[in-house]
Amino acid sequence: MTSTTQQPAATRPDPIVTADAAFFWEGARRGELLAQRCADCGNLAHPPRPMCPACHSVHREEVRLSGRGEVYSWIIPRHPPALGFAQPPVVAVIQLEEGIRLVSNVVGVADGQVAIGMQVEVQFEPTVGGYAVPVFRPCAG
Amino acid sequence: MGAYAARRAAIVGIGQTVFSRKDDRSELQLAAEAAHAALDDAGLKSADIDGMMTYAIDPTDEIGMIRCLGVTDLAFTTRLPGAGAAAAATIHQAMAAVISGVCEVVLVWRSINQGVNYRYGKPQTGGAWQAGSGTGSLLWCMPFGAQTPATWAALASQRYMETFGVTNRDLAPLSVVQRKYAATNPAALFYGRPITPEDHQQSKWIVEPVLRLLDCCQENAGAVAFVVTTLERARDLRQVPVRIVAAAQSIPFNVEVISNYYHEDLTQMPEAVGTSRRLYACAGLTPKDIQVAELYDAFTPQVLMQLEAFGFCGKGEGRDFVAAGHLEPDGQLPVNTHGGLIGEAYIHGMNTITEGVRQVRGTAVNQVRNVQHALVSSAMAAAILGRA
Repeated sequence: MTSTTQQPAATRPDPIVTADAAFFWEGARRGELLAQRCADCGNLAHPPRPMCPACHSVHREEVRLSGRGEVYSWIIPRHPPALGFAQPPVVAVIQLEEGIRLVSNVVGVADGQVAIGMQVEVQFEPTVGGYAVPVFRPCAG
Repeated sequence: MGAYAARRAAIVGIGQTVFSRKDDRSELQLAAEAAHAALDDAGLKSADIDGMMTYAIDPTDEIGMIRCLGVTDLAFTTRLPGAGAAAAATIHQAMAAVISGVCEVVLVWRSINQGVNYRYGKPQTGGAWQAGSGTGSLLWCMPFGAQTPATWAALASQRYMETFGVTNRDLAPLSVVQRKYAATNPAALFYGRPITPEDHQQSKWIVEPVLRLLDCCQENAGAVAFVVTTLERARDLRQVPVRIVAAAQSIPFNVEVISNYYHEDLTQMPEAVGTSRRLYACAGLTPKDIQVAELYDAFTPQVLMQLEAFGFCGKGEGRDFVAAGHLEPDGQLPVNTHGGLIGEAYIHGMNTITEGVRQVRGTAVNQVRNVQHALVSSAMAAAILGRA
């Protein structure tokens, strides 16, 4: 996100980073949406895990995803207010076009406009302690 | 009936503390008092206990319980994963322990004291991820503003609801009927306080468009305990034995507890479908053989999905089944006859089990007539209880 105007300080909470998922959050900090792929059988997996459930290989590689997907399920937490959010966020399960799902936000939509099946693409938002998280906006056009 | 050994198991004692919004007693004291009540109910002594079981996340320590109760020599302990999903799993594993002979008398409990040390409904952004919880919610939902159990559960339910055209208004009759049961249950936090569908619709949004306040369980304090032993021994004890006709668990691949977004079809609960299949097969029974069901109800949509998973209605028909009045006291399948976790108290599904026991004994405050079999479910596990 580049802008000539002053960005307000980030308030979103940092992710809890575990050994097996550190690559995901490091990627997000660089503005890349990553998933782990088995280096032996090619199986894609999310959430990350240290062993491939298909072939039991522990050799894994990080692949950059297209960042496109669709809204699979969504909610708006109203009460109590989510910590670190000035406005109630739209929280969504995103079905990525590579076939895996992750929980994220849908941003840039008016209240009442989010819907299952909405086509979305990734962008990144900073967290309070200098990490970033992938969020999704409606696809242009 | 060939799935289990010749030895059979029964629930022989139940006990509980007062349920309240806040309690000055420690969780250990609440647990010990509930356990003592359960032993007394059964007509057993502390020295009879040789097995103990609680939830992985329960704050009460086994050694503390031994010291309070004066248990002389414990032969077996275990703790069960999956937060509330552990509830009915305790029956399954207590049964397994007793029929295998590793121990003879198992004490099961859950103690909770929200409002003093913690509140489950308060947004959570930190802390270490805990093994045994079965959820990746803190890791994968928290930074996106889903920071409470209500948000995690609602995100899994929303697709089910939209797929089958279920709106929040459709959940009102479910909340209303459970509060109706609670209103006549002196132990319930909502004793004497029934609600109308309008009350439900006017209660504030907790998670839009899924859950209003009156769709949610409560933050409260209390403990519940029960005792399992062999059916043979049960016949000599104080109460009518409640036989564990069958019990089962199911944790299918890619299922999580509460943050359950990664399995193939979010319009069903595969863990409840799996539990249901195993349970009826072990029991040699069908849904038509069940007269009353106590279904884990931290949030109302979970009840609809369990009604479907346990075969009381077809997939997507839960809403219509409730609207037809089948859950009412004189309905086809009274459900959560103590008021549920929503109406009685949130003792994490342990009070769901003890209500099933009372229904089989014939001692429930909202007693269903001619109960031969009661289903008690926490989705990832369930049991059918019956007369001995």
